[in-house]
Amino acid sequence: MPRTTGPTARTATTDAPSPAAAAAPTTDTAAARASVGSLPWEELVTSALLGTDRRPPAPRGGPAPVPADAPRALLDAAARHTVRQRAGLLPAVPGTRPEPAARDPRPALPEAARHRLARLLADRAAPSGSGRRGAAPDLTELIPQWLATANRQGYRAPAALLPALLDAARARTDLRPQALAFAGPRGLWLAGLNPDWKFALRGAASGALHPDVSDPEAVSRLWEEGLFAERVALLDAVRAQDPPAGLALLATTWPAERAEDRLMFLDSLRSGLGGDDEPFLERALSDRSRNVRATAAELLSALPESALAGRMAARAMSCVGPDRTGDTPSIAVEAPHECDAAMQRDGVAAVPPTGRGERSWWLGQLVEATPLGSWEERFGGRPAEEVVALPVADDWAGELHAAWCRAAVRQRNPRWSRALLGHPSAPPADGPGTASIAERSKLLAILDQAERASWVAEFIAAHGLSEAFQLLGVCTVPWAGPLGRAVVDALDIARDGGSYPWSFSGVMGLAERCLDPAEADRLEVLTAAQDEQEGASPGAGGYWSEAFQRLVSTLRLRAAMEAELLS
Amino acid sequence: MAPPTVGGMLLSHGGEPSPTGGPVARWSVEQVLALAPDDASRTAGGRLGADTAWTGTGHDTAGAVWGLCGGSGGAAYRTVVDTTGPAYSCSCPSRKFPCKHALGLLLLRASDDAAFRPGEPPDWAAAWVGARRGRAAKEGGPATGGEAARGPADPAAARKRAERRAERVTGGAQELEQRLADLLRGGLAATDRAEYGLWEETAARMVDAQAPGLAARVRELGAITGSGPGWPARLLEECGLLHLLDTAWLGRERLPDPLAATVRTRVGLPVSPEGAPVRDHWLVLAQYDTPDGRIVARRIWLYGRESGRTALLLSFGAAGRSPAPALPVGATIDAELTPYPGGGQLRAELGEQFGTLAPAGPPPGIAASAAPAVYGDALREDPWLDARPVTLRDVIPVPVKDGWQLADAHADSALPIAPAAVSRPGLWKLVALSGGGPVTVFGEIGHRGFDPFAAWDPVQAEEGGGAPGGSIVPLV
Repeated sequence: MPRTTGPTARTATTDAPSPAAAAAPTTDTAAARASVGSLPWEELVTSALLGTDRRPPAPRGGPAPVPADAPRALLDAAARHTVRQRAGLLPAVPGTRPEPAARDPRPALPEAARHRLARLLADRAAPSGSGRRGAAPDLTELIPQWLATANRQGYRAPAALLPALLDAARARTDLRPQALAFAGPRGLWLAGLNPDWKFALRGAASGALHPDVSDPEAVSRLWEEGLFAERVALLDAVRAQDPPAGLALLATTWPAERAEDRLMFLDSLRSGLGGDDEPFLERALSDRSRNVRATAAELLSALPESALAGRMAARAMSCVGPDRTGDTPSIAVEAPHECDAAMQRDGVAAVPPTGRGERSWWLGQLVEATPLGSWEERFGGRPAEEVVALPVADDWAGELHAAWCRAAVRQRNPRWSRALLGHPSAPPADGPGTASIAERSKLLAILDQAERASWVAEFIAAHGLSEAFQLLGVCTVPWAGPLGRAVVDALDIARDGGSYPWSFSGVMGLAERCLDPAEADRLEVLTAAQDEQEGASPGAGGYWSEAFQRLVSTLRLRAAMEAELLS
Repeated sequence: MAPPTVGGMLLSHGGEPSPTGGPVARWSVEQVLALAPDDASRTAGGRLGADTAWTGTGHDTAGAVWGLCGGSGGAAYRTVVDTTGPAYSCSCPSRKFPCKHALGLLLLRASDDAAFRPGEPPDWAAAWVGARRGRAAKEGGPATGGEAARGPADPAAARKRAERRAERVTGGAQELEQRLADLLRGGLAATDRAEYGLWEETAARMVDAQAPGLAARVRELGAITGSGPGWPARLLEECGLLHLLDTAWLGRERLPDPLAATVRTRVGLPVSPEGAPVRDHWLVLAQYDTPDGRIVARRIWLYGRESGRTALLLSFGAAGRSPAPALPVGATIDAELTPYPGGGQLRAELGEQFGTLAPAGPPPGIAASAAPAVYGDALREDPWLDARPVTLRDVIPVPVKDGWQLADAHADSALPIAPAAVSRPGLWKLVALSGGGPVTVFGEIGHRGFDPFAAWDPVQAEEGGGAPGGSIVPLV
């Protein structure tokens, strides 16, 4: 209770039977005691703090209690004062009430789904003490999926769970977009009151809330006056709706922008990149900032029709061509001897990173920026698969293929991606393109979903799971039928191989989140504990059965979660 | 804060199935989680709340639930819960109560009705359920307080013991008076030195004097020194009240009976519930545990629909064990309570339970402006009271410079939220529920401000989902 409202004693309590009265003194020090009682509270506190010997509790000129009696008189007065003060407390003056949160028109969650969310969030806040999860599902990992489904269904977040939801989003940035969308206007309102949840407001400014792009005047005003994050969000939004309009918006202020900002804005042109952007990007090749020039060159090289792509192709063709000396068709490479001003203007970095030769560094950049289609022409109309399979002279194969991979990713060319990936069942080292799993997952991302899934399925069937983790990461969830079956079969084989399941914990965890829940029934048979295999690691069978149990129960849980939200 | 009165605290929970044989209310997930003795059990129970963990699950119409839970190896644990008690039985070796299996079983029951086959319990479960029900039927009348029932056979000897104890407490109170006087003579500033050890030593002396209430107060004094601006004033207040308690004990013969009973309770003498049991439909408003030295004190606040009374069930458990019983927040139970003696005393003991009822809305609250007077009036009967339970109607949480307030939605008055509550996560739940609009809140009003324990979801109340008046959300 605030003292600011004044300890206005109501008489109500003074006529209550006083416990102190029971022990009332009968001596003639009563008068002195009474005068102590009439002292203001501040005087009592001062006397108590300094001690009654040094500062007797007495009014100026009034009768002081005998020193031996002073502490008790002071305590009597303090007790009386405290009870009177507490009994007389008054309500405080209200502060400025917060603006009410905007109404959230979305329907409330079904009850079962609300309980489920409460448990998912509670599990995140209180993870189990031991590291081993046993056969129980890892609930925290299911939050993203739950949120995605709830948002698709357009449900409103239960108010009481908003704090836990915001805490979860604070701890895990990957949850933020979905969590904030689900939290809705009330979540944003709440975040405005707690500095711990500042991130939610940042998100709101930089795109969680979509800027309105229908009013051209509002757009140009926001573009002129907005904060940097707001302007990036605006440019992205306009660009998403009408790419030329986005470019035009950027062009209005381009020369006046700071170099760091120009770089970020240029990056926004990646979405909806097209031939219309070429003149602008070509001008940006002469930008004052080296980073802006490099980004402009990179964007232009992703446009096979662009003049820059043509110039790069011409340079690359002069370095790489058919080797006419031998009997079998093969590729001859003569890396560039210098990096001239024109090359540098087209975005070629002249200075290689430490440990790399200048010439191969330049070659890589030229090939990377060259439209892939021109290689088919260069090698007599051979399709990509055949070009990739051609032998390369003088150990240039690695350099050349790596550059092609980067080009395929940059130009989003599925034909070349497929060619460079090669056949999934071929041993990775013998592949035509690249043995690197990281490169392969990037190439896979260029292919469409079904093709990606079946390539990875065949890869797993041929090579097992040990290298599959990163490849599985680029497949869409839930995994398509053949892919799911391949993963389950491979896990089954791994168990029979006798190793411990935690060697596969990465893939297991992915499988829990990504397998189609419909697979649960098929998996059930694997949960049975098996007899110890010969040569197996001790106890592995039990752990495998536990791991499969967790997989099945997680899949069942995901199915139940979906059902609760769809009901 | 009421001092722990060890003894007379064992609550018999001999529930009996609803005599009407009506449908037994299923508990919600929140209600089940509220039964967990600690966070670890809550988490562990949550993991077992999936049907893959269970086999042979079933329930009968009288509220018994059972199932087999596969353990880490060997035979499955047999778990039975009588939801009318609630009472639990499990073959696992866990010393927690209820154990994670009982919690998991109840969670599964709360979330997935289809996983349970209705019917008669299997033999292993029937034995326990039968024994329980048989016992309940034999006991017949309301269970009486443990202390009173186990009371000594020889009244004269008992009186003698009580007198001896009173003498020791008197000795303790006199010593405490002397120590307080010495402290005031030298000045409170002395307590701000790091090596100051008087509080612990004095508290130990009060324990020796068998006055645990005095000991607890002395220990709390130790926490005030240096506790932020204004600590000398707060310390003087509490020293004054402690002195008041001492003198009241020493002069207790001259006090009116109810006040004398309050003084005995405050000093820490064992008291037993007495007086006529009150049967009512009790809404469970809040349940929370606070560590109290090496034991855990559990407080359960109940509101009687018919009588309009608010009652407190206080129980204690040794560290790591849940004080029994736990009641799920939001449930309404038809039960008898026996009040404890003392002026304005809200503490009561849970007697016989007759079943659970459909969820109902909040108690009829009062306006924020009327709340301080509720506390002020209660001080007449118990000047040592720190706070008083009250339900506030139509209040809005408002952030202010150094904390939060609950402002009346219709009038120009507000209650500051107690500093202890401002740092609890429950505050943000309350703010979220409000969304800047009026909410109904149950909590304690005291000299430190208002401490919210539960609120009712206003949007849900408006949309008509769940219980009338919105479902209750625990804030502690």
